[in-house]
Amino acid sequence: MQTNDKTYDVCIVGSGAGGGMAAKVLTEAGADVVMLEAGPFFDSAEGDMFKWPYNSPRRGAPTHRPFGEFDAAFGGWELGGEPYTTKDNTSFAWFRSRMLGGRTNHWGRISLRFGPKDFKRKSIDGLGDDWPISYEDIKPYYDKVDKLVGVFGTNLDPALGLDNEPDGIFLPPPKPRAYELLIQKACAGMDIPVVPSRMSILTRPLNGRPACHYCSQCNRGCSTYSNFSSPPVLVNPALETGKLNLILNAMAREVTTNDEGLATGVSYVSKEDGQDYHVKAKVVILAASACSSARILLNSKSSRFPNGLANSSDLVGKYLMDSTGADMAGIIPKMMDSIPYNEDGIGGMHLYIPWWLDNSKLSFPRGYHVEFGGGRRMPGYGFLGGIHNYNGKFSHRDGSERKHGGGGYGKQLKEDYRMFYGSLVGFAGRGEPIAFKDNYCEIDPNVVDKWGIPVLKFHYKWSDHEILQAKHMQDTFEEIIYRMGGFPLGPKPGKDQNYGLHTPGEIIHEVGTTRMGKTAKDSVTNQYCQTHDVKNLFVNDGGTFTSMADKNPTWTILALSMRASEYIIDQKKQMNI
Amino acid sequence: MKKNKINRRDSLKVIGLASLTAGSTLIPGCNPPEQKQGQGHEHQHGNVTADSNGFKNLNDADLKLLEERFFSDHEYKTIQVLSDIIIPADDKSGSATEANVPEFIEFMMKDQPQHQTNMRGGISWIDYQCKKRFSKNFIESSQEQQIEILDEIAYPEQAKPEMIQGVNWFNSLRDFVATGFFTSQIGIKDLKYIGNAANVWQGSPQKVLDKLGVKYDDSIDYA
Repeated sequence: MQTNDKTYDVCIVGSGAGGGMAAKVLTEAGADVVMLEAGPFFDSAEGDMFKWPYNSPRRGAPTHRPFGEFDAAFGGWELGGEPYTTKDNTSFAWFRSRMLGGRTNHWGRISLRFGPKDFKRKSIDGLGDDWPISYEDIKPYYDKVDKLVGVFGTNLDPALGLDNEPDGIFLPPPKPRAYELLIQKACAGMDIPVVPSRMSILTRPLNGRPACHYCSQCNRGCSTYSNFSSPPVLVNPALETGKLNLILNAMAREVTTNDEGLATGVSYVSKEDGQDYHVKAKVVILAASACSSARILLNSKSSRFPNGLANSSDLVGKYLMDSTGADMAGIIPKMMDSIPYNEDGIGGMHLYIPWWLDNSKLSFPRGYHVEFGGGRRMPGYGFLGGIHNYNGKFSHRDGSERKHGGGGYGKQLKEDYRMFYGSLVGFAGRGEPIAFKDNYCEIDPNVVDKWGIPVLKFHYKWSDHEILQAKHMQDTFEEIIYRMGGFPLGPKPGKDQNYGLHTPGEIIHEVGTTRMGKTAKDSVTNQYCQTHDVKNLFVNDGGTFTSMADKNPTWTILALSMRASEYIIDQKKQMNI
Repeated sequence: MKKNKINRRDSLKVIGLASLTAGSTLIPGCNPPEQKQGQGHEHQHGNVTADSNGFKNLNDADLKLLEERFFSDHEYKTIQVLSDIIIPADDKSGSATEANVPEFIEFMMKDQPQHQTNMRGGISWIDYQCKKRFSKNFIESSQEQQIEILDEIAYPEQAKPEMIQGVNWFNSLRDFVATGFFTSQIGIKDLKYIGNAANVWQGSPQKVLDKLGVKYDDSIDYA
């Protein structure tokens, strides 16, 4: 083991939203920081933006990357040499991005604040637990994140009654695409609000970053840093202070501790030379992703902490949550034979549907928001795949009868592709699961990864709360599609398929494994992401979420990490840590 | 269920949901169980710049795949003939072979070897059908004979049960040919896709709004 003599003020494990934010806040406050990142360097300016599918012989196929060849993520649900296991016939799909900036490189940029009710769900419906903080506690940090990172959107008309969708400091939203207005019109008849989306993509220049150039390829990593990812927005400013030592390809094994039970640093294996190293630090921040941070804590065993570090509650790894997800696509005849124009826009939806109903009147306790897409996008791998399933429902383009049903070949088929291009819409519900202690990750006693680090074993089951929510998504999407004058593609998944509810983990919103709370008995960290058991150890990723919301977690991870980092600075000044 | 098609998730990605996930179920039909994809290798790009095929910055692994051959000459010729039957030239654009579709399919057989058995088997299946009926393999059969056999597998709803293997194979071949054609320069131009370029988004044109019967809300201050 090679130990560097230097003792840093702070060691941060992970360079994504939580780690990047901590590095920026702490280095700018003057702290000496070392950051361990398990993957290589990545600069989105050197990414695959503007590539055409024909620039590759595989035309963008997802052979090596789950979201397509040009997607930014160096990662996936399965990584060579980095296995995980599941138990009791349950499933969890664990996505990891091994690269500077982690999953912020390819994420959807959907940047939703949690609302006042999201911190008090147990008080409302009796399920799970309330957070130890309220919306008012985190609001100033959301405000600062909005101003630092940039997010477009609109404050909603109070007349809509959507009081759990807080105002923000928004850049102006892009005009909706025409088909998005068609969705809005269909939803108006169902009393479903369709409002400007809230995404961290700059529609105006901000803090030295230029405005979006509307190529719609945010997931490839932005060539101009006009959307949010951690490296240009958080890590680079930290590096510019001269106070950050960034160590790439460093896979953390465990947090080391001393006789007083305080964290002393982190040991890691370098993927570059296979050697083991140890860095010393006065404060350790884990921001490796909820499950990775839990894994590191559970692997940090000693005679003093036989159960893993910061785990006197036995709750490290418990209360694992991923957002629920269910999807449906439809074909909209009105959108067929679409008029050519550049419909790219930003890399995602210009409008969305926030949760709009009162759960006390429904059969499931928590809500979901709806994302959608469609129209005349750049043709890609999988272009109008499975056309034989739907072209038979229409007459030929010249109006003649289709005698043989769907499928076909030849000039008429070629006309079909032209006719259908741009006429599909897809809806995706992303909802709130309930936090259950019995959904968890733990160390598999029998399996290690290729560096000998014990791996995680998952146990995760959806309850009726999530399954009935997915049914509601399917029913809603189906009605929207019908009201748009279209019809859904494919069979509607029934009860036997959990109404199309995705396998947990597939939405890539893992949170809850080191949850925050008021006491050391019922939680792992306090409201400042500080572990109850080890005062100089923090968890700045989604692990601290006491409950999920019907919203994406990134904006809350950023705000909590900023709040925790300012708390560390304050505690340092007071000599408490 | 078969394992050898462009899968639902591939088809979905082109719809453009911001947060598409594994195992999406948007595109219907007899689709394969989703495969766990992505071995997370970094797929670093090499230094080769655009070549005559339009390829840019291919790494050594991809250059090696381009060198290898999966299909025999006969199989490849069959893929060429079938590709142009599925997407022929017309008054608007060229044919599948002009858009390098057979090259794309050949590459995918090596890039995603799970397709190999189905695609090779399908060629053998149609050759055997032709030999039984016409005493010739598919590409040696007359155009009328080729059409006769294709008409029995190209329309799934009307196909006879004994042709189901051919139907399934042809469905996947049709999908491959469509991706190959419409992701080529010729195909993208044919579809009049306009984009993949820096620009300023100012909303949809009036004629597009009119076609869908929608209009902008002037009370919102858009970018």
